[in-house]
Amino acid sequence: MIEVKQLYKSFGPKGSLEVLKGIDQTILKGEKVVIIGPSGSGKSTFLRCLNMLEMPTAGEIFIDNEMINGKKCDVNKLRMKMGMVFQHFNLFPHLTIMQNITLGPIKLKNKTKKQAEEQALELLKRIGLSDKAYAYPSQLSGGQKQRVAIIRALAMEPEVMLFDEPTSALDPEMVGEVLDLMKKLAKEGMTMVVVTHEMGFAKEVGTRILFMDDGMIVEENNPKEFFSNPKNQRTKDFLSKILQ
Amino acid sequence: MNEYLMKLAEDFKISFTNNFITDDRWQYLTKGLLVTLEITFFAVLIGIILGFIIAVIRTTYDKTKKFKVLNAICKLYITIIRGTPVVLQLLIIYYVVFATVAVDKVLAAVVAFGLNSAAYVAEIVRSGIMSVDPGQMEAGRSLGFTYGKTMWYIVLPQAFKNILPALGNEFIVLLKETSVSGYIALADLTKGGEYIRSRTYDAFMPLIAVALIYLGIVMLLTYLVNKLERRLSKSDRG
Repeated sequence: MIEVKQLYKSFGPKGSLEVLKGIDQTILKGEKVVIIGPSGSGKSTFLRCLNMLEMPTAGEIFIDNEMINGKKCDVNKLRMKMGMVFQHFNLFPHLTIMQNITLGPIKLKNKTKKQAEEQALELLKRIGLSDKAYAYPSQLSGGQKQRVAIIRALAMEPEVMLFDEPTSALDPEMVGEVLDLMKKLAKEGMTMVVVTHEMGFAKEVGTRILFMDDGMIVEENNPKEFFSNPKNQRTKDFLSKILQ
Repeated sequence: MNEYLMKLAEDFKISFTNNFITDDRWQYLTKGLLVTLEITFFAVLIGIILGFIIAVIRTTYDKTKKFKVLNAICKLYITIIRGTPVVLQLLIIYYVVFATVAVDKVLAAVVAFGLNSAAYVAEIVRSGIMSVDPGQMEAGRSLGFTYGKTMWYIVLPQAFKNILPALGNEFIVLLKETSVSGYIALADLTKGGEYIRSRTYDAFMPLIAVALIYLGIVMLLTYLVNKLERRLSKSDRG
């Protein structure tokens, strides 16, 4: 459902800093792709290119066979199909949790307030936070905020969920609750692309691991093979460093 | 001692009667006050609307490089308005811009003070928009909102909350700035006090009265802004 061909991305004046150096990748429906790699390797940039939060410098990205980085594509329609979860949650601090979740469905999917609120309560019940519906984001813990951010994206009924280091800004004791919710989502068959440093999650949930280094996908494999039998030297170095 | 106080009170009474009661002179103040409030109200309205538009154009250009020409115009506008005295702007609007059309003086003042205020409001709003975390824009866009809708539903409400104290201050300044309306012979509150003084040759009473009225309105404005601030900050309480 996602096809990436020869994706390049540069930043800075005249593209002096090349972050992505030619990425080819196909992600199928139902896959849980986990992207790992050292910082600065271009993982987040790659993920953000998938929903055009970063404009690719060159290359083609197809979602459901529709090229998204052409002139004709309606980026806003496309983004409604792709939920995104950020490292720093990015909940809207001036709105209640309920308004955070229902804003998109009401304004973009033409749902009535009642429909959207019923759906939001349903989702809040799932994560055990229905009592926080009328609280503001500042009254929630980090883990709670990130779980709300996830269901805010889910309320748009996306086909793919993109996760950009969703647990990196959390206190250690809150990482578990967020990962649990992501595991549940994975079980339900959601297509997921996850940038993370949580190797346990990658092993347990991932159907495919991509290892990125220096703007390229250096190695990809199923988790079992990837962790027990890495082939590339850079992968080996990285894994030995983090699995000590 | 007692006699002295009695005489003081008697003087005050005579002076008060002479300045405000005789010939219904208090009406210069009340009518002037209405004119001042009218100018301020409509100028604030123009200032807010135009200021927000300019700020959005400027920040949109900074972020996306769209509106290049409009941005240049806005920048020039702000430079000119901030670089010249407001009295001069008022005179130019009334005697140059509206020279050939017989325009109401109040309208000329509203236009002049509105355009003046817009330049300052624009910079205040721009600082407010820049104070909102860029992640907010990204989160809005990632849900599928357009740039404009994200601005409207997500960024501007947060920006507005951040700039409320500065905006309140700007409008207090504006209210007091309208006191130069007398330059185009407009009978505002200050001019009203001046008029009484020219009739009675008594400076103390009318000028202090005018000062007290300005002070009262500013205190009321401050109170209202503070109240609004408290209401908007309910989402901050952790």
